[in-house]
Amino acid sequence: MNQSNQRQRYWSQNLRYLILLLSIWFLVSYGAGILFKDFLDQFMVGGFPLGFWMAQQGAIYVFVLLIFVYVALMNRLDKKFDVNE
Amino acid sequence: MTVQLWTYTLVGITFGIYIAIAIWSRAGSTKEFYVAGGGISPWANGLATAADWMSAASFISMAGLISFMGYDGSVYLMGWTGGYVLLALLLAPYLRKFGQFTVPDFVGERYYSNTARVVAVLCALLVSFTYVAGQMRGVGVVFSRFLEVDIDTGVIIGMIIVLFYAVLGGMKGITYTQVAQFCVLIFAFMVPAFFISIQMTGNPIPQLGMGSQLNDGSGTYLLERLNGLSQELGFANYTTGSKSRIDVFAITLALMVGTAGLPHVIVRFFTVKRVRDARKSAGIALLCIALLYTTAPAVAVFARINLIDTVSNQPYANMPEWFKNWETTGLLQFDDKNQDGTIQYTGDANNELTVDRDIMVLANPEIAELPAWVVALVAAGGLAAALSTAAGLLLVISSSISHDLIKKVFKPNISEKGELWSARAAATFAVVVAGYFGINPPGFVAAVVALAFGLAAASFFPAIILGIFYKKMNRQGAISGMIVGISLMLFYMLKFKFGVFDGGKEAVAGLQSAWWWGISPEGFGSVAMIVNFMVALTVNYFYPDPPKEVQELVEDIRIPRGAGAAHTH
Repeated sequence: MNQSNQRQRYWSQNLRYLILLLSIWFLVSYGAGILFKDFLDQFMVGGFPLGFWMAQQGAIYVFVLLIFVYVALMNRLDKKFDVNE
Repeated sequence: MTVQLWTYTLVGITFGIYIAIAIWSRAGSTKEFYVAGGGISPWANGLATAADWMSAASFISMAGLISFMGYDGSVYLMGWTGGYVLLALLLAPYLRKFGQFTVPDFVGERYYSNTARVVAVLCALLVSFTYVAGQMRGVGVVFSRFLEVDIDTGVIIGMIIVLFYAVLGGMKGITYTQVAQFCVLIFAFMVPAFFISIQMTGNPIPQLGMGSQLNDGSGTYLLERLNGLSQELGFANYTTGSKSRIDVFAITLALMVGTAGLPHVIVRFFTVKRVRDARKSAGIALLCIALLYTTAPAVAVFARINLIDTVSNQPYANMPEWFKNWETTGLLQFDDKNQDGTIQYTGDANNELTVDRDIMVLANPEIAELPAWVVALVAAGGLAAALSTAAGLLLVISSSISHDLIKKVFKPNISEKGELWSARAAATFAVVVAGYFGINPPGFVAAVVALAFGLAAASFFPAIILGIFYKKMNRQGAISGMIVGISLMLFYMLKFKFGVFDGGKEAVAGLQSAWWWGISPEGFGSVAMIVNFMVALTVNYFYPDPPKEVQELVEDIRIPRGAGAAHTH
């Protein structure tokens, strides 16, 4: 397989990861923390209404996880397509 | 030891450390000055980015803001952390592979145009100067309260320290001092939070304490009690907030995208060796930031309950010493309207107490009666937060002037040594201007700092994203997008924040109902960003594709391999 074809495949796989991870990013913050906040607030987690907790705590934890998952996925992808350093 | 003596000791020790680091890591070349030689480890860069990012606003103001805003304060929590996800996934790796020195560098090269570069320089200067003035002011406030010098002297002391290590060490000096400053500021923020969390709930972890039951045996949850107090006194319900959903959405988006577009943050990712290091250090940076950002809402709840318990319906004569101390700074004001000698603190017209939100974090340890050394620690932490961000911003200003304007536009054949000296001169100039604004703050600094994010979102973010993800994006599209985006943002800001077109500041409140789609000026950056994208793509359609070399450049930055080499050309 030629090189530019390889690069094309590497790039589209990268874009697929981005769409997946950014959808989660959107759901936990804009979804759970804002748009569905009122709905989620009827559930309590300890002393927290769930929607409030997502907005002030939960979303931030997920953000941190998302970046580390991305780092792991991309390091593997770089090796697979032999574009790592 | 007294609070004052402790403060002198801790601030003295930390300043000594910063200066020692600056002398040890002097910059010898422009590459060391702009990007620390490009060899910083991901961990060091992650910690430095966190300190760079967390300013006086994060350390001193944010928990206080949330304390008064309740749920609405989530815009800062999500906005200022979620931006790092965008930064790590959409910008940092590619900009690192591109591997030059500044953000205008990328815009200039990618859009094969010095006009684009100059537009980017102007945006960078506008954003950075407004931001840095606020930091200097923060330094002044901490000095005036804890070291009892006046605010102006405080600003000048801060200027001399920053001047020393930013001018001498450039990015290299700044990076290692920021690592030290991160350790100081996070320790200073966490220690009082642990103490107060134990005091109020028995749980040492503030993130959990915030959702626990009060220690007084009543079995009431903290948030429940706070909602109750708020209702009783006529404030908005703490966990519900009062902003409209669309505005919360828009502000969060503007802050996230603005974060990802801030030049002093982006430039930190030029300092690591490889693309994978850039990705990893974004993760480490957010981890460090999250430590403070998940603690801040807990501090906000603790401080709010403590404040209400201490002052509400209590006789003025019985107020503790901290109350009087803050009154002398003018940040806490009591006006006994009904002359009964008791403090009525309410959400309606009968309110007699004005609390500046900036004092909540600084006064919190005193309100909770923590030991003297903890109070002093908070002062040292506030200074670390303000100084580290100020230094990062000054570097962006100096490199924009010496590298992007002098070297790339006006005097391309300047020698390496000449450029290094002009960078130092530009940094000195920037410190003096920042100090001037710190001493004579224009009334709108605080307002503009919040809007700096809108400006960054409306200008840089779309240009950089399109530059990376859309190979056929041409210069005409990108430049018109940036100009329309930032102008629209400026217009909205002048109209609805400063009332320029409707008779000045007094008119601002009356204009709220005229906000477009109910979106506040703070959130409008997200609309201006979308407009930027649309204009850029439309104009792009009518002009020819970028030259072949540029399209190859875009292909190249998408592939990690060779980032080390890219740095040397």
